[in-house]
Amino acid sequence: MLTALIVMSGIALVLGAVLGFSAIKFKVEGNPLVDKIDAILPQIQCGQCGYPGCRPYAEAIAAGEADINRCPPGGEEGIRKLADLLGVEFKPFGGGTVQKPKAVAFIDENLCIGCTLCTQACPVDAIAGAAKQMHTIIAPVCTGCELCVAPCPVNCISMVVIEEKITTWKWKYPVYALAPVRRSAFGRAPE
Amino acid sequence: MRTLYQFHGGVHPPTNKTQSTRTPIAPAPLPGKLVIPFHQHVGNMARPLVKAGNRVLKGQLIGMPEDGVSSAVHASTSGTISAIGMAVVAHASGLPDLCATLIPDGQEEWVTHEGMAYRTAAGADVRLALRLAGVVGLGGAVFPSDLKLRSGKHKIKSLVLNGAECEPYITCDDMLMRERAAEIIRGAEIMRFMLDAEEVLIGIEDNKPEAIAAMQLAAAASDDKMEVIVVPTIYPSGGAKQLMRILTGIEIAAGVRSTEKGMQCFNVATALSIYRALQFGEPLLSRIVTVTGNVRNAQNFEVLIGAPVNELVALADPLPDTNLYIMGGPMMGVPLPSAQVSVVKATNCIIAASDKLFPPPPPALPCIRCTRCAEACPADLQPQELFWFAQSKNFGKAQEYSLFDCIECGACSYVCPSHIPLVQYYRFAKSEIRALEHEQAAADLARERYEFRQSRIERDKQEKAEKLAQKEMTALAARQSAATPEAAADNSAQLRIQAAVEHAREQAAAARPKNIDTLTPRQQAEIAEIEARRAKAREMAHPDAGQPKE
Repeated sequence: MLTALIVMSGIALVLGAVLGFSAIKFKVEGNPLVDKIDAILPQIQCGQCGYPGCRPYAEAIAAGEADINRCPPGGEEGIRKLADLLGVEFKPFGGGTVQKPKAVAFIDENLCIGCTLCTQACPVDAIAGAAKQMHTIIAPVCTGCELCVAPCPVNCISMVVIEEKITTWKWKYPVYALAPVRRSAFGRAPE
Repeated sequence: MRTLYQFHGGVHPPTNKTQSTRTPIAPAPLPGKLVIPFHQHVGNMARPLVKAGNRVLKGQLIGMPEDGVSSAVHASTSGTISAIGMAVVAHASGLPDLCATLIPDGQEEWVTHEGMAYRTAAGADVRLALRLAGVVGLGGAVFPSDLKLRSGKHKIKSLVLNGAECEPYITCDDMLMRERAAEIIRGAEIMRFMLDAEEVLIGIEDNKPEAIAAMQLAAAASDDKMEVIVVPTIYPSGGAKQLMRILTGIEIAAGVRSTEKGMQCFNVATALSIYRALQFGEPLLSRIVTVTGNVRNAQNFEVLIGAPVNELVALADPLPDTNLYIMGGPMMGVPLPSAQVSVVKATNCIIAASDKLFPPPPPALPCIRCTRCAEACPADLQPQELFWFAQSKNFGKAQEYSLFDCIECGACSYVCPSHIPLVQYYRFAKSEIRALEHEQAAADLARERYEFRQSRIERDKQEKAEKLAQKEMTALAARQSAATPEAAADNSAQLRIQAAVEHAREQAAAARPKNIDTLTPRQQAEIAEIEARRAKAREMAHPDAGQPKE
């Protein structure tokens, strides 16, 4: 009886020591869950979720403070991925979030007074310009977050929707009906 | 006798080639208008060099290749550029793209051009000449040929010339080999020289005996080691990887380039345009196009790039029930968005389609997992699995099953007993995956820039705080030192300023208004009232300041 107790507590002590040691030795820096969530978020940095950027939102989700359905640029696909990652149910958009087509900001260079307010607002440094100099958007790095639109005192920034071009065009999901169809997507061989 | 090998799968659709090989290649008459797209090749769009109103000569460069993978665009004939703008082009999307509209003047006046001594010139110069001549792969991929002719780090053993032309209906390469074999062989000699290849293997399907005879005759006259190899007719033997497999037995694995296995493959028409470009300095201005299908006189035409499809088809006399034009063959071709689009470098064939010729596919039925598609797949894939993943938008899994090795040949759709449009699913999945990858790259860039900005703001804040602390330190030190007599001298400026302020205050107190000597009692009363109000206001503003000075 006593021997069994001693053996069991001995094993418990040894294993506890091993666990304690490995907890220190193999400690993971930072929160890997935040990184995983951040990787799913679209990095528009628009703040529509109510947090000042994608990473703060990821941190809030990881801490259980924020819902997963606050990111309109990520789309339903993004919510689905977050739900998969976190093991929670998918939920539709909530909290007055609206989805918009992808756009880039455009500065009307005739109106710009060079106040630099937009460059300070841009979360990804996508606006070039200095004080009292005309500003312009570096379109390839603009995420379309719209944060520069509100601060502009002369309303010279507008959002331009990115139109589908031949280089960005995507083949559509095959749709076919029982009735004879217009063969707009001819991909079949003749019989 | 050379040993031939087999690739996996393949199908035998009816070839339907004899209709368009009865008459020789005819030059298409000059159309009334040419619409020349600036993006006819794989890679970046060419940059327009001309403006509306400019007169251009035949062969004049109008689109300059832009960075890396790109190719040049030329005026196909002499005339006037009437517009540079968006127009619907020969693309499955039906979307417009940047085009130059050229009104021919009918004089066919050439720009000055001459050939180059490609055997003595530097390799880079020869490739630049091909790039500026707009030479791209004419088999359908339209990849810039100059990039394929770099003799890289891998030794090229065999140069493969692709004359298989396995797709039904299409006969442009067949007719070209029959009529211009000598020029093709000259082009092959140039390419063999540039790549320093040991041998040239010319693969032609056995359903083209005239082309085989012509090419054998021309190849025998060459000093290079050339061999015309007759391959059995099976679709898709004209796929680059499939043809190389048949000719050499070497299978090219996923993600491996054929050059790593010592092979490079070109279409026969590309060989001819390389010869014309280097020997005569003629850029790629025209190509052979098969016009067939629901027409009375199916034939091959030599067509200027930019010629409208409807004018071209009219030459073959289409039947009235034609309701669709297909660019390419029935297996891999794409429907044209309209008959007004123009012929581009990739246009090898125009098929007039009608419901009688190509009856609408019967409704698709569920997949019964018969795996006939897997038996037919020339890329050794599992089409039924790929279909499953593409249908459920499970793109990661589709990529695991090597979706991007699919050459979209359509053999799987052809054999499918459930009539499932499999290739459409693969195309859909491929373009979705490409778009997702693009989005991911954009997100990564945005994250990087955002994090850099955050760290920069943090750094600036810290620097500011440090500067402020430094200032406070020096001010503190100055105050402490002011107490000591040595520092008194330093404070002389401060004292002088204080003295000046005192002086000004005294002067202001001494000054009196000049117009108050003769005042009526009423004015005095008014002044007194105002002064009283002022004093009261001062008291209200500074209740603890005590009595005012006056």
